[in-house]
Amino acid sequence: MTPPLQKPKRKNPILRTRLPVPPPQARSRYALGLLRGAAQGRLELQECRDCGQVQYPPREMCRRCLSDRLDWKPQPEDGELISETLLRHSLELFFRERVPWRTGLVRLRGGVTVVAHIHADVPPPPARVRVRAHLDRAGQAVLVAIPERDTPNMADDKIMREMTCDPKFRKVLVTDGKTAVGQALVKALAKAGADIVWVGNAEPWKNFPGFDEIKSIPQVTLLNLDVTDQRSVREIAGEIAGRVDIVVNNAEVHRTYGISARYGTDAARAEMDVNYFGLLRLAQEFGPALKARGADGVNSAVAWVNLLSIYALANFPPHGTFSASKAAAHSLAQCLRAEMRPTGVRVINVYPGPIDDEWNQLLLPPKIAPGALANAIVNALRQGTEDVYPGDVAQDWLARWRDNPKALEVEASNP
Amino acid sequence: MNRRASYDGIVVTTPVSIPYVRFSIRAAHWWIGRALAELIRDSHIEKGHIDGFCVSSFTLAPDTAIGLSEHLGLSTRWLDFVPLGGNCGVVSLRRAARAVQSGDAEIVACIAGDTNHVDSFRQGTANFSRFARDAVYPMGAGGPNQSFAYLTDYYMRTFGAEPADFGKMCVAQRQNALKIPYAMFKKPLTMEEYLGARLIADPVRLFDCVMPCAGAEGFLVMRRETAEAAGIKYARVLGAIERHAAFQSDPIQYRGGWALERDELYGQAGVAPADIDFIQVYDDYPVINMLQFEDLGFCGKGEAPAFVRANTLTVDGTFPSNTSGGQLSVGQAGAAGGMLGMVEAIRQLTRQTIGGQVPDAALGLVSGFGMINYDRGLSTGAAILAAA
Repeated sequence: MTPPLQKPKRKNPILRTRLPVPPPQARSRYALGLLRGAAQGRLELQECRDCGQVQYPPREMCRRCLSDRLDWKPQPEDGELISETLLRHSLELFFRERVPWRTGLVRLRGGVTVVAHIHADVPPPPARVRVRAHLDRAGQAVLVAIPERDTPNMADDKIMREMTCDPKFRKVLVTDGKTAVGQALVKALAKAGADIVWVGNAEPWKNFPGFDEIKSIPQVTLLNLDVTDQRSVREIAGEIAGRVDIVVNNAEVHRTYGISARYGTDAARAEMDVNYFGLLRLAQEFGPALKARGADGVNSAVAWVNLLSIYALANFPPHGTFSASKAAAHSLAQCLRAEMRPTGVRVINVYPGPIDDEWNQLLLPPKIAPGALANAIVNALRQGTEDVYPGDVAQDWLARWRDNPKALEVEASNP
Repeated sequence: MNRRASYDGIVVTTPVSIPYVRFSIRAAHWWIGRALAELIRDSHIEKGHIDGFCVSSFTLAPDTAIGLSEHLGLSTRWLDFVPLGGNCGVVSLRRAARAVQSGDAEIVACIAGDTNHVDSFRQGTANFSRFARDAVYPMGAGGPNQSFAYLTDYYMRTFGAEPADFGKMCVAQRQNALKIPYAMFKKPLTMEEYLGARLIADPVRLFDCVMPCAGAEGFLVMRRETAEAAGIKYARVLGAIERHAAFQSDPIQYRGGWALERDELYGQAGVAPADIDFIQVYDDYPVINMLQFEDLGFCGKGEAPAFVRANTLTVDGTFPSNTSGGQLSVGQAGAAGGMLGMVEAIRQLTRQTIGGQVPDAALGLVSGFGMINYDRGLSTGAAILAAA
């Protein structure tokens, strides 16, 4: 069984930090279909719409009936490990630096054989396993076989640690501690075993409700961080960027109304300044340090979390300018993801529906509770997913948006 | 199924091997061109009389057989490119034989060759096939070691093969290779050294792996009368089969397409496994030798470990196998690895061996296996050759 991960020793400052090298990234376009499920933690494989055949590796045509009507459908995760190897040699730097590395062939219940990374707690073949689709350090979808039932410390396995962004023993920056979501995040991250939680506070002269409780958590350090002020961001980055493993950018400004109900651009400008330019400032100041530490041992720099909104996908007119600022941030987050991907630092985008806070007071439930949102974010870090749509409204919007974005435009304007 | 036409009257001649080197700064064109020059020199057939050309190579890109024809100043009326790796020897023979039988060509040069630059192997592995690139290489980038480790692990668990069984084949092949001057491995191998060598991809050990290198192999296919008129030593083709992508519903490979075609092979040749004097099997990695022993009918499924224990596999043994040392000792010169056994079989049957001669060798079986596209080798083939 996997031994519990021990708190890493202080880094030896004399030793060079190993630079991140991604695992193999090349895939055919059809194979990228595996990504969609993996980004949300689901195993999806190609299924033929005409004859129902499940197949892997991905193909252009159904291997049985030669139909080209192939869909990516969720699959049962259970299968049998039928053979395995322990690689002690690899042609690629990523694995060369991590051997021995366990891989094997798993026969899924759906009748296909897959090559998978094998968790250390899986017994030798033949053994029952569950196969998960995970994102690797290149941000590409790969398959991982884990034990049939959870084992103690299974998240601490070497292979899992490379697939996930577990906050355990990692140092985290939460950019805004004054909101209910920010405070729930701090508590959840501390509970998840984060080593340090730095908490941003743009207005240190104010004592926000709940702040005293946050301050009493031993891992917490408050910082005077204002994401609208480039100098503030640079100064804080100068102090801690080289040690931050996970950035959770939850700073946001949220005002209601769209175009005609609020005259002028002040509110919209404030939203953009925090929601869009805030991300840009943070990414410019913290990004380089994180990217350099993407392979820095078991507590490497590992994730960048953006609190976006489901209204980034399609505008919600009653909160029209807010939606627009989140759409801008969503687009910038894609850019950040592209730049971070080869370094092993995962950009996790979180798209909640309305949060149950003061700015959504007038919206009817369901609204996602700050604690539930914080838990969803910590879960995403632990599971290693990168697209998170927490709560019922987010799931509903996502389904409508995928089904027919034009219909959603009309539905959103007639709530 | 209609009975296939026989290969009566078709012979193979002029075995050539261009001495292997570990790394080469030459291109595949050079290696294949050298083999063509040797074929012409040894056979005394003029270049202009070679009217069929069959090429196998992994490193010829961006060229194929046609570009190579111009490169080498060859004009033929029959041209083929056989990208089937470890099965290219048998398949080239079959195609060339039919071309000669039908009169499409009179003399076909079959050549397999590859270069090996310092980074060729990694690049070739990373881009070997679409399935490999999408679904295997990202899962550890262990290359063939990884894929064959799965097959070896499964075979050992299922049929009780022991490391020493694989070791016995490797040790015997090394013994066979000691007289081959260009073999990658030149020192004798002991069982202790085999078993004590480091694990590469469990259960695959160091000496289960072939050494990638540069080299070329070639032979000629023609009618018996043509060979006799030119005074060239030849071996006759008694039978040959191929089968691709067999047993796709098996969860993992433990048998190959030979099992579907072997009755046809022996029926066409009019011989039985017990009549065979020596065998050249595709030996990357030793577990695949066992699959071929079984699927070609020398023993039953799962009985190869006992078969290996009961036989001696050296040139002078009870079951001479890979009599020039095979890829395990001589090296794997890319696609030439798929032709090495064919060329050695022709040498044995025409008494032109470089290494040891199997006493009274009259019938030889050559088997091919190639193209691990995803999790298993897809291309299988075999041929039975007889001394003149």
